[in-house]
Amino acid sequence: MVKAKKVAARCYVAMIGFLLYAPLMILIVCSFNDSKTRTVWGGFTLHWYTDLFQNEEVLLAVRTTLVLTTSAALIATVIGTLACIAMSAMGIKMRTVMQSVANIPLLNSEMVTGIAIMLLFVHFMTLGFSSMLIAHVTIGLPYVILNVMPKLQQVDKNLYEAALDLGAHPVYAFVKVVLPEISSGIISGFFFAFTISMDDFVVTYFTKGAGINTISTMLYQQLRRGINPEMYALSTILLFTILILLAVINRLSATRSIEETEY
Amino acid sequence: MKNNLVELKHISKSFGKTMVLDDLCLEVKENEFITLLGPSGCGKTTTLRIIGGFEKPDQGQLFFEGKDITDVPANQRNLNTVFQKYALFQHMTIGENIAFGLKIKKKSDSYIRDKIKYALKLVNLEGYENRQPSSLSGGQQQRVAIARAVVNEPKVLLLDEPLGALDLKLRQDMQYELMRLKEELGITFIYVTHDQEEALTMSDKVVVMNQGYIQQMGTPEDIYNEPQNAFVADFIGDSNILDGIMVKDELVEILGQRFACVDVGFGTNRPVDVVIRPEDVVLGKEGEGYLDGVVTSLIFKGVHYEMDVMAGGYEWLVHSTLCYPVGTKVSISVIPFNIQIMNKPESDDERAVISDV
Amino acid sequence: MFRKILISPYVVWALGFIILPLFMVIGYGMTDADGNFTLENVLAIADSVHYKAFANSILLALGTTIICLVLAYPLAYILSQQKRKGAGFVIMLFILPMWINFLLRILALQMILSNTGIINGILGFFGLPAQHIMYTKGAILIGMVYDYLPFMILPVYNVMCKIDQDVIEAAQDLGATSVITFQKVIVPLSMPGVVSGITMVFIPSISEFVVADILGGSKILLLGNVIEQEFNLANNWNLGSGLSLVLMVFIIISMALMNRNKSEEGDAMLW
Repeated sequence: MVKAKKVAARCYVAMIGFLLYAPLMILIVCSFNDSKTRTVWGGFTLHWYTDLFQNEEVLLAVRTTLVLTTSAALIATVIGTLACIAMSAMGIKMRTVMQSVANIPLLNSEMVTGIAIMLLFVHFMTLGFSSMLIAHVTIGLPYVILNVMPKLQQVDKNLYEAALDLGAHPVYAFVKVVLPEISSGIISGFFFAFTISMDDFVVTYFTKGAGINTISTMLYQQLRRGINPEMYALSTILLFTILILLAVINRLSATRSIEETEY
Repeated sequence: MKNNLVELKHISKSFGKTMVLDDLCLEVKENEFITLLGPSGCGKTTTLRIIGGFEKPDQGQLFFEGKDITDVPANQRNLNTVFQKYALFQHMTIGENIAFGLKIKKKSDSYIRDKIKYALKLVNLEGYENRQPSSLSGGQQQRVAIARAVVNEPKVLLLDEPLGALDLKLRQDMQYELMRLKEELGITFIYVTHDQEEALTMSDKVVVMNQGYIQQMGTPEDIYNEPQNAFVADFIGDSNILDGIMVKDELVEILGQRFACVDVGFGTNRPVDVVIRPEDVVLGKEGEGYLDGVVTSLIFKGVHYEMDVMAGGYEWLVHSTLCYPVGTKVSISVIPFNIQIMNKPESDDERAVISDV
Repeated sequence: MFRKILISPYVVWALGFIILPLFMVIGYGMTDADGNFTLENVLAIADSVHYKAFANSILLALGTTIICLVLAYPLAYILSQQKRKGAGFVIMLFILPMWINFLLRILALQMILSNTGIINGILGFFGLPAQHIMYTKGAILIGMVYDYLPFMILPVYNVMCKIDQDVIEAAQDLGATSVITFQKVIVPLSMPGVVSGITMVFIPSISEFVVADILGGSKILLLGNVIEQEFNLANNWNLGSGLSLVLMVFIIISMALMNRNKSEEGDAMLW
């Protein structure tokens, strides 16, 4: 009876896993398929990959995406972390107001956020890289705050006081004692902001200027036009990049916790 | 006559609408082990934090070696704090933790190295320089916290319930350790605790606090033997606290029975509180004492038996090395010297706060 | 005091790029092309085209949310009970798709569902007639469930992991059967996670337009499509903003209703 339950549970997990991954697997397989039709295996090939690396449009979109997401995540992390530090020094009422404002982009649909920023830019400036950057910082900010704020609240107030007690200037005490305690929150905040903006399509779609493409908007155009197998290759590369990135992060946090328990 | 090292003058502090300290005055002498004792919320920790510079008083002044330091920030005060939960910097080694204050003072590397060695030796943790705080037990971490504070050669060490997070056995060991440290360092300790045993064991002077007021100040013996009000009596050890009437000097009426005592100067026929320690209640055969009663409960406590005796409409707590089984008819008597007479409380604050203990 | 100054960049940002833009939407939505005040753009939701699109959106969003919850809840429960080594890896597998580009996942799905896709390939292999899955509501539903399922799994799983094993054992100790324990202990305690999971699935799916665009063709219009077209094709920004306002208010009201029953454990939100 218990055993049957266990088997059923396993099957269920496996089934959902299969449903989630089967499409992606097919995507990967197709990226090596030497045939334009998806249902026929025409032999192994790498020429979609070689084509990909000669496609200026794709390379440009990749570059734009990397520059955009990295800078957006960095800006969001700095602004968000500073805001958290300030908020932790505030009274509960003020903090609640601030945090509710921070959550607006989270609770609003991405579409409204995108449209709102687009309207602002069309009205006062022009759409382009800067509007995309600002939009991406805006959607990344709440995630930075969500990651940093709890860490900051967990920090034992006595640690900061102990540093002061030992003669440290408040800034020195913060940098030396509090910052290391919240660094993991800041780092994960950065990665959240990074992946959110990497993954974003809707906000980018509304705020991008003519002629600028990120990977997402380029994929969208391709999908509407009818797909080019080069996109399978690009997707496969993206998939593995994310996989490796996550594995590295996982490894980093795992070794850190081992170091701590070793003694 | 030793000088006052730390002096609090008319300190008041409230958080929001809650008054935590009300016109508190306190003097701490050089090389004194002084303990602030009281239930949680009595203001003892706030007092310590004001001395440490982590809270600013709303009113009043704080003097250190005769100088007003009320507005001096924490990092510029020549005193150090040991926090209840150690507050060790987890991302630094033990050595780096201890060196923290010395590096800020720009001491030379060799000086710092010697100091770390000395401090670790002082707290019996030689050779732990390169360990991480998380690899240490609670007691060891607390020793490091002490070492980290004392290397800065403070004139005063503030200790905020430093043993609160440790288990009983360790707590007792650490009490001796702290007393030894105090002797070796020859500095002033200001110690905060809610544990009366700790306070009585270690201190030169105990300050009993409740609800923002100092209830009594004195040597541990004074505090224990001659509590000035019901709160102190109840907080320091178990007590029988009874309503009484001071008939005249050296005679008090309790539960309708007159007891001889040694107290004078309370006037005649005045209501008073009477404190009788459970170990001072003498049980005897029925009819041989002041009051007759029946044993209603008996617990073996190791050194003594703890009994409840119903006599004269009051349930007496009695400690005795002799065993009287439940149901035994006994008599109660107390020698005059062991009856402690106190004035009735003038305010609610001085009343025994049993729920807090 | 000086710490509070550090919030200024954020305040500037929030005012300029969160609050002000929202007022722009309200401004556009409440005016006509000449800048005169009107409620026409908002009331346009009652037009039959818009009304139908909105109904489609609500229907599909509800369907997506319910299916995601039904699929994710048992999964999250099973995963939270895993104590073996390597359980972390299995959980990673289910969360991972969240980090994979949204369009990329639609692309993968399109390959399977399209008329010349994998499913019809398999059907053809067995000599069965091809199915037209693409460009139906079913295709959109499949696409949305596929896209948003991980967003339901994560918060529910997180909350279930936090449920103290002692509480479950206490319930059993008090004589509860495993069914009752599940009903009376696990389900109520997991509610905060369910609420944030519903939030994370419902909000994006109510304003969905990409999935409908690609898997639904132009045959099925959702409110998201209508708004998008007003901005990018018809260039009627006032109407687009007006309809966005309707969408916004609808989301706010449904979230308020959701949160009314929620306990004070706001920190169970999201991640």
